[in-house]
Amino acid sequence: MSDFVAQFGVWGGFGMAVLQILGFVIVLLISLAFLLLMDRKVWAAVQMRKGPNVVGAFGLLQSFADFFKFVFKEIVVPAGADRSMYLLAPLITLILAFVTWAVVPVAPGWVIADINVGILYLFAMSSLGVYGIIIGGWASNSKYPFLGALRSAAQMVSYEVSIGFIIVTVLLFAGSMSLTHIIEAQAGGFWNWNFLAGRALIEDGWPMFIVMLPMAVIFFISALAETNRPPFDLPEAESELVAGYQVEYSSTPYLLFMVGEYLNIVLMCAMTTILFFGGWNPPFELDTSSWPYLVSSLWYFFWFAIKVVFFFFMFAMVKALVPRYRYDQLMRLGWKIFLPASLVAVAVVGAYTVYGAQG
Amino acid sequence: MLASLAFWAFSGVAILSALMVVIARNPVRSVLFLILAFFSAAGLFVLLGAEFLAMLLIVVYVGAVAVLFLFVVMMLDVDFTELKQGFLEYAPLGAIVALILAIELAMIGLTWRASEQAEALRAAVMPDGVSNIEALGVILYDDYVYFFQASGLVLLVAMIGAIVLTLRHKPHVKRQSVSAQVGRRREDAVELVDVKPGQGIGE
Repeated sequence: MSDFVAQFGVWGGFGMAVLQILGFVIVLLISLAFLLLMDRKVWAAVQMRKGPNVVGAFGLLQSFADFFKFVFKEIVVPAGADRSMYLLAPLITLILAFVTWAVVPVAPGWVIADINVGILYLFAMSSLGVYGIIIGGWASNSKYPFLGALRSAAQMVSYEVSIGFIIVTVLLFAGSMSLTHIIEAQAGGFWNWNFLAGRALIEDGWPMFIVMLPMAVIFFISALAETNRPPFDLPEAESELVAGYQVEYSSTPYLLFMVGEYLNIVLMCAMTTILFFGGWNPPFELDTSSWPYLVSSLWYFFWFAIKVVFFFFMFAMVKALVPRYRYDQLMRLGWKIFLPASLVAVAVVGAYTVYGAQG
Repeated sequence: MLASLAFWAFSGVAILSALMVVIARNPVRSVLFLILAFFSAAGLFVLLGAEFLAMLLIVVYVGAVAVLFLFVVMMLDVDFTELKQGFLEYAPLGAIVALILAIELAMIGLTWRASEQAEALRAAVMPDGVSNIEALGVILYDDYVYFFQASGLVLLVAMIGAIVLTLRHKPHVKRQSVSAQVGRRREDAVELVDVKPGQGIGE
């Protein structure tokens, strides 16, 4: 953004930033449409069904058909609902899901705002996602949505704590809160990615993968809980709460909730990629400095995208394979297992950065 | 230009939402306006170049504390008519308190003077080449590490106190022991019995 201001003046820079944001949003929404389809196709394959296959070849246009179906339906606001809050809640979910993407670098230099507290910004914005759910559940003025909202609030606050500590371990490795620096610190082969932390082993002789590999797994599981995905989808558990906080929502507001939720899921996949799996770095060293700018950028973007899609596939497989947790089991896992484990990991990584790391 | 626009937007929203916290009729809406006020304050911090503090404000206050506020306020069954009933009765006392506070604020405001170096100091809050995260870290963990640890201990004592106060041992609660469940083997749980017809197991 500041580069644009230097180049085009204040308002020109502002306009360029707006154009950039628009482009990012459009690409994100179109890829989301196909990721949704992929989600459904994966569950279908696991359950030996065909999945959506009618609209377009292999059902490729199914998400767009669903979109039009949602938009043309009637918006039903329940009697006794707090009308403005009721309609505000899905907007909050969607907008928060979008603004979080502002700091995600998808290729070297391809980021809307490369701020030096990027990881904290991501953490802060994803912790705000709970508001859309709480307000939606409360404003519906109905029993099941309210119970779902309360469950969700407790669940997301619990798992944020361990996510925070896991993020601390990663930024201790990188020595920076900037996402670009975190990714650049993992360059040069897959053994340097944070989940293996090969640099610590090769240069300093500290086998840090013993800590970081479990941290990557715990982060992935916490991401499932943070995005209310199965096996932790207790806020919308259909056998207990019908559909939780979404019971009263229909048509476009429901669509906004769903798009926001899926954006958060993709964001969590991107966060797993950036924090533990090298971001845009390819798994082997390759000198791209002589390549044209666009080609090398697309090359790095390809690796980022393929990792994100892989983790999205893992999210879909978990939903297809794992039965739902009970609520007390969920709380036990978050507070009694993940929190102490990540605290110990922070201490160990801190010890490594003080006593082990050279230079 | 953009920065001053953003400043007026953030500070205007902060003041308006702080006002709405007080005058909103629904306590849940009050909490939501409080959150908006926190959020605008974080925006003002960003404009001052203190982006670390801004993010901490959002993570701690908006992301955790206000969620618990909202949680509690939603669970409480507040009767608004009952709350409004005592208003006239307590109005004179409240007015006196407000008047005293206003006089005190005016007294402080009239005698308070800014230091002559204030303007120069404001411009150099950080040494060059150090991000404000590093500057904060050096001050907290190097220069004043004992005070930092002491405040941590105070918080620990407060936390232990809260746990002790709310800890109750209920005698008839069945607790789940996960390790016992996982450690249970087939031989302990399942028994094959050859039952003769017409006799049953005979217990």
